[in-house]
Amino acid sequence: MAEYNLQTPLTDEDIYQLRAGDVVRLTGTIYTARDAAHKRLIDLLDKSEPLPFELKGSVIYYVGPSPAPPGRPIGAAGPTTSYRMDTYAPRLHSLGCKASVGKGKRNDAVKQALKDHKAVYFGATGGAGALLSKCISSARVIAFDELGPEAIRELTVVDFPLLVINDCHGGELYVQPDRKAAGLE
Amino acid sequence: MRTIQATQIIDAVANLCIDSNRYLPRDVRERFTQCAATEESPAAREVFRQLTENYMLAEETGLPLCQDTGLAIFFVDVGEDLRVEGMNIREAINKGVRKGYAEGFLRKSACDPFTRANTGDNTPAIIHFDIVPGDKLKIAFMAKGGGSENMSRVTMLSPAQGWAGIRKFVIERVAEAGPNPCPPTVVGIGVGGTFDFAPILAKKALLRKLDDVNPDPKLAAMEDELLEALNRLGIGPMGLGGKTTCLGVKIAVSPCHIASLPLAVNIQCHSSRHQEVEI
Repeated sequence: MAEYNLQTPLTDEDIYQLRAGDVVRLTGTIYTARDAAHKRLIDLLDKSEPLPFELKGSVIYYVGPSPAPPGRPIGAAGPTTSYRMDTYAPRLHSLGCKASVGKGKRNDAVKQALKDHKAVYFGATGGAGALLSKCISSARVIAFDELGPEAIRELTVVDFPLLVINDCHGGELYVQPDRKAAGLE
Repeated sequence: MRTIQATQIIDAVANLCIDSNRYLPRDVRERFTQCAATEESPAAREVFRQLTENYMLAEETGLPLCQDTGLAIFFVDVGEDLRVEGMNIREAINKGVRKGYAEGFLRKSACDPFTRANTGDNTPAIIHFDIVPGDKLKIAFMAKGGGSENMSRVTMLSPAQGWAGIRKFVIERVAEAGPNPCPPTVVGIGVGGTFDFAPILAKKALLRKLDDVNPDPKLAAMEDELLEALNRLGIGPMGLGGKTTCLGVKIAVSPCHIASLPLAVNIQCHSSRHQEVEI
C-alpha cells in the first residue's frame, strides 16, 4: 500500500494511481455537503442553475461540523455515514467531482460511477472529529447558511489523513464479514 | 417531601451534555487499550491510535469527541418524595439541553422529520421517566449519534425461535451494518416486553459499564457468547478488518406476551458517551 500527498483540485492522473488501501494526505480546498445540501445541489442542477462551487476536480466531504468555539476555525469535523449520499453521488461524479470523503459502504451505482468517471471514495476515521479538526485551517459557509450544520462550507485542509476505500479500478478496502466464523452458516 | 429548585436540574443537565461530549468514559478508554493490544493489522492499530489521540485532544481542547453530539437521550428516576420548584422536570431538562448545547459549542442535530428544518437547539430531548422510592433525582444522559442509531433494528420473533433466533438476528444485524455505525461498537439488546418496550430496554442497556458483569449468570454467559461471535465476524475497527468489531454486548430482558418474542438491537458507536448525576 502506497502513500501519497495530494493537492486539490484532483486530476485524472491523481485518481488513476490510487488503489484501495493507499494512504493519502490531502491539502487544499474541499467542500462540505451532507444530506440536505446534496438535495439542494441536485435541485440546482435540475433547474440548470449554477452550483456554489466548481465541481470539476472537487472533493466533497460528508460532514456536519460542530460549531466553532472562539479562536478556532471549526469545531469537531469527522465524517458522516456515506450511503445516504449514494442517490446523489453518481451525478456529481459525472460532472467532474473527483472524490468524496466519508465512512461506511457505498452502493454498486456509486462504485460504477467511480470507474466510469475516474473518481475515488476516501474514508476518514469516524468519531475522530476533534483530531480531524486539527487538519482544517479555515472554514467559510458558501451556501445554504440556513441549513446550520448542513450548510456547504469551503474548508482549507492541510495533510488531511485519508484512506482509499473504493478506487477507480473496482478495488475496495472494506472486508466482507466472516459469517461462517461467527456461526451464521 | 424534599424540595429542589428547577435551576439545579438545568445546570446539572447542561454540564452532563457538555462533559459527556468531551470526556470519553474511563471504561471505553480502557477497552480501547486492551483491544488495540490484540490487533495484528496495522490498519486496526492505526484506528485505535487515532481514537486514543482523539479523546486526549478533546479533553485538552474542549472540542467535542465527535461532531455528531447526538440527540439528547435521558433516563430519569424521580423519587416519590421529591418536589421540583420552578417548573416541571421535562421543561427543566429541555432548558438544560438548550444551555449545554449552546455553551458547549455542540452540534444541534434535531430536525423535523418531514421538512428537515433544524429545531435549532437540539430539543426536544428524548426522556424516559421512572418513578422510584426515595427523595432523589437520578438523571442519566446519553449523546446518541445518528450513524449507529440508523443501523439499529427491532423485530418480533416467534417464541419457537428462542435463543438461536435471537443470536442469529443480532449477528446478522452487526454483519450487515459492517463499517457504517463506526465500529468497534457497543451492542445493546432488549429481549421481551412489547414492540415499543424492547428498544427502550436495549437503549438503557447501553448505559452499563463495559467492564461490568450482568448479575444474571445466564445473561452474562449470553453476552460473552455473543461478543465472541460478533468479534469473529472480523469487520474490525472502522470496517478495515481486525479482531475488534464490538467492545461489548449488553442484554436487558423483560417478560413478554405468550405469543411474542420481541427483540431490539440498539447499536452504539465506539464513542459511547454517557454520564449520570444524582441530585
